[in-house]
Amino acid sequence: MKVVVCIKQVPDTKGGVKFKPDGTLDRGAMLAIMNPDDKAGLEAALKLKDEYGAEVTVLTMGLPKAEAVLREAMAMGADKAVLVTDRVLGGADTWATSSTIAGALRNLDYDLIITGRQAIDGDTAQVGPQISEHLGLPVISYAEEIKVDEKAKKVVVKRQFEDRYHMVEAKMPCLITALAELGEPRYMTPGGIFDAFEKDVTVWGRPDLKDVDDSNLGLKGSPTQIAKASDKVKKGQGEKVAPDSADEAVEYLVGKLTEKHVI
Amino acid sequence: MSLEEYKGVFIFAQQVDNELSSIALELLGKAKDLANDLDEKKVTAVLLGDNVGGLVDTLAEYGADRVIVVDDPELKDYRTEPYTHALASVINEYKPEILLVGATAIGRDLGPRVSSRVHTGLTADCTQLDIGDFPLEPKEGVEQKHKQLLMTRPAFGGNTIATIACPDFRPQMATVRPGVMQKIAPVKGAKAEVVNYNPGFAENDCYTKILEIVKAVSEVEDIQEAKILVSGGRGVGSPENFKILEDLAKVLHGTVSCSRAVVDSGWKPKDLQVGQTGKTVRPKVYFAIGISGAIQHVAGMEESDLIIAINKDENAPIFDVADYGVVGDLNKIVPALTKKIEEALAAKG
Repeated sequence: MKVVVCIKQVPDTKGGVKFKPDGTLDRGAMLAIMNPDDKAGLEAALKLKDEYGAEVTVLTMGLPKAEAVLREAMAMGADKAVLVTDRVLGGADTWATSSTIAGALRNLDYDLIITGRQAIDGDTAQVGPQISEHLGLPVISYAEEIKVDEKAKKVVVKRQFEDRYHMVEAKMPCLITALAELGEPRYMTPGGIFDAFEKDVTVWGRPDLKDVDDSNLGLKGSPTQIAKASDKVKKGQGEKVAPDSADEAVEYLVGKLTEKHVI
Repeated sequence: MSLEEYKGVFIFAQQVDNELSSIALELLGKAKDLANDLDEKKVTAVLLGDNVGGLVDTLAEYGADRVIVVDDPELKDYRTEPYTHALASVINEYKPEILLVGATAIGRDLGPRVSSRVHTGLTADCTQLDIGDFPLEPKEGVEQKHKQLLMTRPAFGGNTIATIACPDFRPQMATVRPGVMQKIAPVKGAKAEVVNYNPGFAENDCYTKILEIVKAVSEVEDIQEAKILVSGGRGVGSPENFKILEDLAKVLHGTVSCSRAVVDSGWKPKDLQVGQTGKTVRPKVYFAIGISGAIQHVAGMEESDLIIAINKDENAPIFDVADYGVVGDLNKIVPALTKKIEEALAAKG
């Protein structure tokens, strides 16, 4: 069985978001990490390797420095790694990103594609389902558990919703988006780290993408365009009042809650 | 694609077990606003499901001028492929200018799949939608388009905010965060034009099979999922006195959480603890009641959209992070607040 896991290098927001003195984000001061949901997806793939001897390939799209997350994935146990990088792919929205990754995936054999549910920088959760559509595959999003029936070429996935879950069966090949609940990612092993730096990372550029038109790539291939972007200035101190009576306090709070559409 | 052919604001009227999700009505409220600023003022709800005709009148009461119903057994429970097929077919047939979908566990799966199928842009988890010019300011050499959907969304864990447009593709699609947009006051007896449409469903390899549906029954509510948290600290005074917080949480459909001091005193279970050694929460509204606001607590809740603090100590550090702080006696303020909110909500219907 062959599994491809799509991963992304993201700035770490969990270890404390860093701000510059002017209140804007200090991206340079934040660590670049493997996106947490993707790492859970990788863990699920590595479990399939443990159980069924699945071959696990990790694939990322990004700047050349994104190679670091591929090495980390190999140190955890991934067998192969592909870096998709090219200047013409920059500025891509989720449509163009998913078109790019689909173009890369068309070169690979797979029974299962796993992506994280969403990345902690964009928080869109769109790229996984969009890849599945480009490739004409079934998709099961928000996976909490994955069971594979290799013989029948089927997967059964515990698919989370707000107030319930569905046990969903899909034919392979299919695409699954992973929740962190899929499993605590394993650590890299010393041997794994050593091996990871011995292994090659396959690097693909624009010419290696299969069956994708230029009009679907990069900034030019992105239907959505940014009108305005700004860092939210870190919250300053709000209002503080010391009313004379409880009634006055309540009136103040009800006014604010109404103004903010809470009630 | 001829952009002019695409007209009107459509919303995906999400239903689960033949009950409309709140987001469907919220989207209608926003859709009416947006339609007011466009040439085509008709708002259309797209209702997909099995035997869902009974929901049409509710959609009309909350602002739908027209409801397109795709009623088919294949749409009984949510599955990506038949729902995508239905919604994409409706788009191709009825050509909306704007399509809003809830950013729910369904909408965040359906939206991207549909946007890929019809080849248009999709902006995720929007918290604000406006009609305006793109680019925002006239720019030399760039055609400024008018009456575009401007979609604003937080990213980077809420630390950045971006406004996005989709000027060259239709429909302009957005998923919208639940609980942000306002429903209109329902107009009793309102009727909508009903259009029954069925694109036909042919099973293919993308169809999945639902083997089992398990609805959650949880004893302790997940405070990380709560939109409104009413959180108490040592200042609440006793485990019994948490009753006044529970009452407030109840009228707001919120959940009670607490500080570490409360857990350490054995008043509440650890599952409800907010803070560095508890859970990190980001509700829409966080009430910090009788909580001093130690840095470890603040680390777990400072990203909340709106923070309201009530504390008798005017120097409590919680006031440094609160949007609205009230210095006073929680035992008097909280019950009175609950009562007043109850009255305000009852008046609204």
